[in-house]
Amino acid sequence: MDNLQNILQQALAAVEQAQSVSALDQVRVQFLGKKGEITGQLKTLGKLAPEDRKAAGAEINRVKEQAVEAIKARQVLLENEALHSQLAAERVDVTLPGRQASVGGLHPISKTLTRIESFFANLGFQVAEGPEVEDDFHNFEALNIPGHHPARAMHDTFYFDATTLLRTHTSPVQVRTMESAEPPYRIICPGRVYRCDSDLTHSPMFHQVEGLLVDTDVTFADLKGVLAAFLRDFFEQDLDVRFRPSYFPFTEPSAEMDIQCVICGGDGCRVCKQTGWIEILGCGMVHPKVFGHVNVDAEKYTGFAFGMGVERLTLLRYGVNDLRLFFENDMKFLKQFH
Amino acid sequence: MRFSEKWLRDWVNPKLTTEELVAQITMAGLEVDSFEPVAGVFSGVVVAEILSAEPHPDASKLQVCSVDAGGVKLQIVCGAANARPGIKVPCATVGAVLPGDFKIKKAKLRGVESNGMLCAAAELGLAEQSEGLLELPQNAPIGEDIRAYLALDDVAIEVDLTPNRGDCLGVAGLAREVGVLNRQTVNAVHFVEAVQSIDDTFPVSVQAKSACPRYLGRVIRGVDLQRPTPIWMVERLRRSGIRSIDAVVDVTNYVLLELGQPMHAFDLAKLHGGICVRMAEQGESLTLLDGQTIELNNETLVIADQQKALAIAGIMGGEGSGVNTETQDLFLECAFFDPIAIAGKARNYGLHTDSSHRYERGVDFELQHHAMERATRLLQEIVGGKAGPVVEVVSNEDLPHLPSIQLRKDRISRVLGCAIPEADVEDILTRLGMDTVVTQSGWHIVPPSYRFDIRIEEDLIEELGRVWGYNQLPTTMPVLEACSAKREEVMIPLMRFKQLLVDRGYQEVITYSFVDKQILKLITPDQESISLANPISAEMSDMRTSLWPGLLKTALYNLNRQQSRLQLFEAGMIFKPGADGLQQIDHIAGLICGGADNESWFGKSRSVDFYDVKGDVESLLLLSGGSQCYRFEAGEHPALHPGQTAAVYAGEKAIGYVGALHPSVQKTLDIPQKVYLFELVLSDIQRNRLPKFQELSRFPEVRRDFAVIVDEKISAQAILQNVQEIAGSLLTDLVLFDVYQGDNLGAGKKSIAFGITLQDSTRTLQDEDIAPLVERMISSLKETFNVTLRE
Repeated sequence: MDNLQNILQQALAAVEQAQSVSALDQVRVQFLGKKGEITGQLKTLGKLAPEDRKAAGAEINRVKEQAVEAIKARQVLLENEALHSQLAAERVDVTLPGRQASVGGLHPISKTLTRIESFFANLGFQVAEGPEVEDDFHNFEALNIPGHHPARAMHDTFYFDATTLLRTHTSPVQVRTMESAEPPYRIICPGRVYRCDSDLTHSPMFHQVEGLLVDTDVTFADLKGVLAAFLRDFFEQDLDVRFRPSYFPFTEPSAEMDIQCVICGGDGCRVCKQTGWIEILGCGMVHPKVFGHVNVDAEKYTGFAFGMGVERLTLLRYGVNDLRLFFENDMKFLKQFH
Repeated sequence: MRFSEKWLRDWVNPKLTTEELVAQITMAGLEVDSFEPVAGVFSGVVVAEILSAEPHPDASKLQVCSVDAGGVKLQIVCGAANARPGIKVPCATVGAVLPGDFKIKKAKLRGVESNGMLCAAAELGLAEQSEGLLELPQNAPIGEDIRAYLALDDVAIEVDLTPNRGDCLGVAGLAREVGVLNRQTVNAVHFVEAVQSIDDTFPVSVQAKSACPRYLGRVIRGVDLQRPTPIWMVERLRRSGIRSIDAVVDVTNYVLLELGQPMHAFDLAKLHGGICVRMAEQGESLTLLDGQTIELNNETLVIADQQKALAIAGIMGGEGSGVNTETQDLFLECAFFDPIAIAGKARNYGLHTDSSHRYERGVDFELQHHAMERATRLLQEIVGGKAGPVVEVVSNEDLPHLPSIQLRKDRISRVLGCAIPEADVEDILTRLGMDTVVTQSGWHIVPPSYRFDIRIEEDLIEELGRVWGYNQLPTTMPVLEACSAKREEVMIPLMRFKQLLVDRGYQEVITYSFVDKQILKLITPDQESISLANPISAEMSDMRTSLWPGLLKTALYNLNRQQSRLQLFEAGMIFKPGADGLQQIDHIAGLICGGADNESWFGKSRSVDFYDVKGDVESLLLLSGGSQCYRFEAGEHPALHPGQTAAVYAGEKAIGYVGALHPSVQKTLDIPQKVYLFELVLSDIQRNRLPKFQELSRFPEVRRDFAVIVDEKISAQAILQNVQEIAGSLLTDLVLFDVYQGDNLGAGKKSIAFGITLQDSTRTLQDEDIAPLVERMISSLKETFNVTLRE
């Protein structure tokens, strides 16, 4: 029996010394395996007198259980230690930057165009597009601007030859739309336009959005309503707006629309030239002569058209102070709009 | 048009402050650009006479003047060269404050006492620059405050008139407008008609009757051009932005400003035989008042005598026939020229004058007699002279015909969105000078002779809306029939492509559609381009045939500004002239250069290469079918590296290119690093296929991997295509997972490793199904490409 106690002591010591789960497993095999030392004790039972066997067997099983318990306890301990050291080893500096993919951005003009398009799309306007190299008829004649008209001087047209030019506005798209389909019309025409003028406040290329709403019962009051709603949506402000009589050969009556200065709130500043108002777009009721050029019955249909400068809206929306930045494409500028 | 507020108020004087007046006319469509005081802020300046001027004892450029400033004699030291006894000048007395808060004090100048300052025009803010003292007329009352004497408490108002409002290019017209807005009567200036005291005439014939329906001429003899223009007229001209020249020119300019009627005065002694109004002969030459000699074309209306053209009608007079100080006899012209005969002509000769500006827009064709009398009277008052009778040549059938316009009540509300009370309609139109007759449905209206812009019903409705006030009209949202346009699910909007590129790190740019022809020749030498007739500069002369020139320029701009890693794209039109005319095609193009990733702590980033840009293109193409619909083939492009160029095909149609910028092009453009480009025809990648459901297989997939060694010239695509053909419908996936070249393979060889995934929709594939397929595949590859299987 002393021997059994000895073995137990040895086993418990070995368990205590095992420094890893695998070393512990070796201890288990050494003492409790098929050929293990404690297991081996059971084989000695046969040599004992039958009346002693029961007590001896119980003694061996007690020793075995003690060893099993010790191993289990040691195993939990070692596993915990191993987990802890794994966790400690796997610690990272979570403040280091992640493996991000860089994300680019749209040009600010595109952003503005998208916002304009989505407002009018919600009102049921379709986007219409047309050529940038235009003919004299669609850019001028059909819009009631004949060759000798003083308004031509205001357009600073780029020409290729006597009748081919770069469109000076997106208005020709309304003509092309009316030529090719029957009314009613509900379109906006975004795109590049060109004028032969280049200085601080003029770019030889810029963007316009032309709009056209023609139906049996469209009035100047509707024009005012739609455009005021648009500008309040665009600037996300309950802006004051006003309409001033103006002149465009292709609309009658014609108006310029002003908004309360978005920079100073109408108090007067450099941007609004101390007037508190900013000129934002031109508009008017479609001129009967324009309807005539495209065979729309001006008695049956009325409609309004408007045209706005996308650069100007973008300048005001984001507070950009130099038109030329839009086409320099300096990354440091463009990234500000991400 | 710039005018003096006081001058306007002589005609009509509403109870409005300057600010209110300016706001009112702006809101009526006569946009005020600016308004500013006609003189600087100053006080204590009076009319004074120089009694004597003696040289300063100690300064050669100074004089010591004795001045009568109204009851007091003052000693004032003055440096002006024109200071001399007998002239009247503005004198700032001690205590006066000049513009810039400059206070006048008693002073000693080089030891001589000076009690004030004699002033030049610029010193009073009456001119930008001036030389010498401002000399006042002899009848200027000594001691009178100069502000009161010159009526300097006045504002110059600049209106930016739209081209339809030629009728407001004169104080009379502006006054008419202000009268309407305030419903106030306008007081036209009354003057005594000129006395006709001689019978002399000069013959006038008009050949070009339709271009010149009315021509008036008058001889005035014995004028004295030594006499100065009165200061009140000089001041009114100045406040209107016109410099005083001589009394005759000043009077014609004054009438132009007052009534809007351009006039011209010839020196009668320089005219030969008689006036002839005719079209110019092609190539006829004329030296203009401004000294330049131009060659006329036969579409230009001229005023000629029996010998030669004297003036371009309605635009500018000639040098040889104008008046000067020696002139004694005048021939005064006052005409109505048809706007269409004048419009655009000045611009053709690079000219723009006060006269052409008005004639192009339309001058009142019933104004000429009145203007002629007004000018004659003013001339007689200033330079004297005896006037002959007015000779008029008129062609009534060529004068504009005033339309009779029907104005319907219901049309007013249909256009404006509300009715305007009938009494107001009539009042407004009548004050605007319209002849108004009530009819059953509304009115019959005949516009006045000065309103060339009133021709149809809508023109009248605009007048009503304008005078009533646009902002007084209602504001509504239209009630529209619900409608939805045809939409196509398979069409991919441009914005989807843009967003994909943005999410892959690209920055959108917008570059000019016109580019340098030399760059185009470099990038697309085989494609013609169209050139602008009037480009801004040589760098912006030709319409782009590719988006690459703009992207390359942008890349260079940013690379030169410490940006080394770029991903740029642009979407826009390119312009291709060809046998079928000009094609304007939407393209989308990109450029990348620099590191494949942002600089980071993970390790050194590699540089981008061909497969980065190709990957981006593949991603774009995935939106509409990917490799099912598009393929890449080794291609050639003049701007691209011959070994790194792929042409992109949709079926048999080439739809774009992807590749590395050709090193020699890169060098020519001075781009410091390797650049990769792509460009695609947008419409060719915008149409996706509608998804069509296929039954899912319940049976397992089987994957087999292979590596084959093949000649390096064989393209990977060819191998994969072959595999695909043999594997047929069982193939559900084919992936290329390794390409390797190394000495152990032998020179000129490469290894390609790929995995095939097979699946049958009706049963589980067994080894005996797969083995023969694999065998067929390998033998086909061996046969076609002479591959060896790598173990």
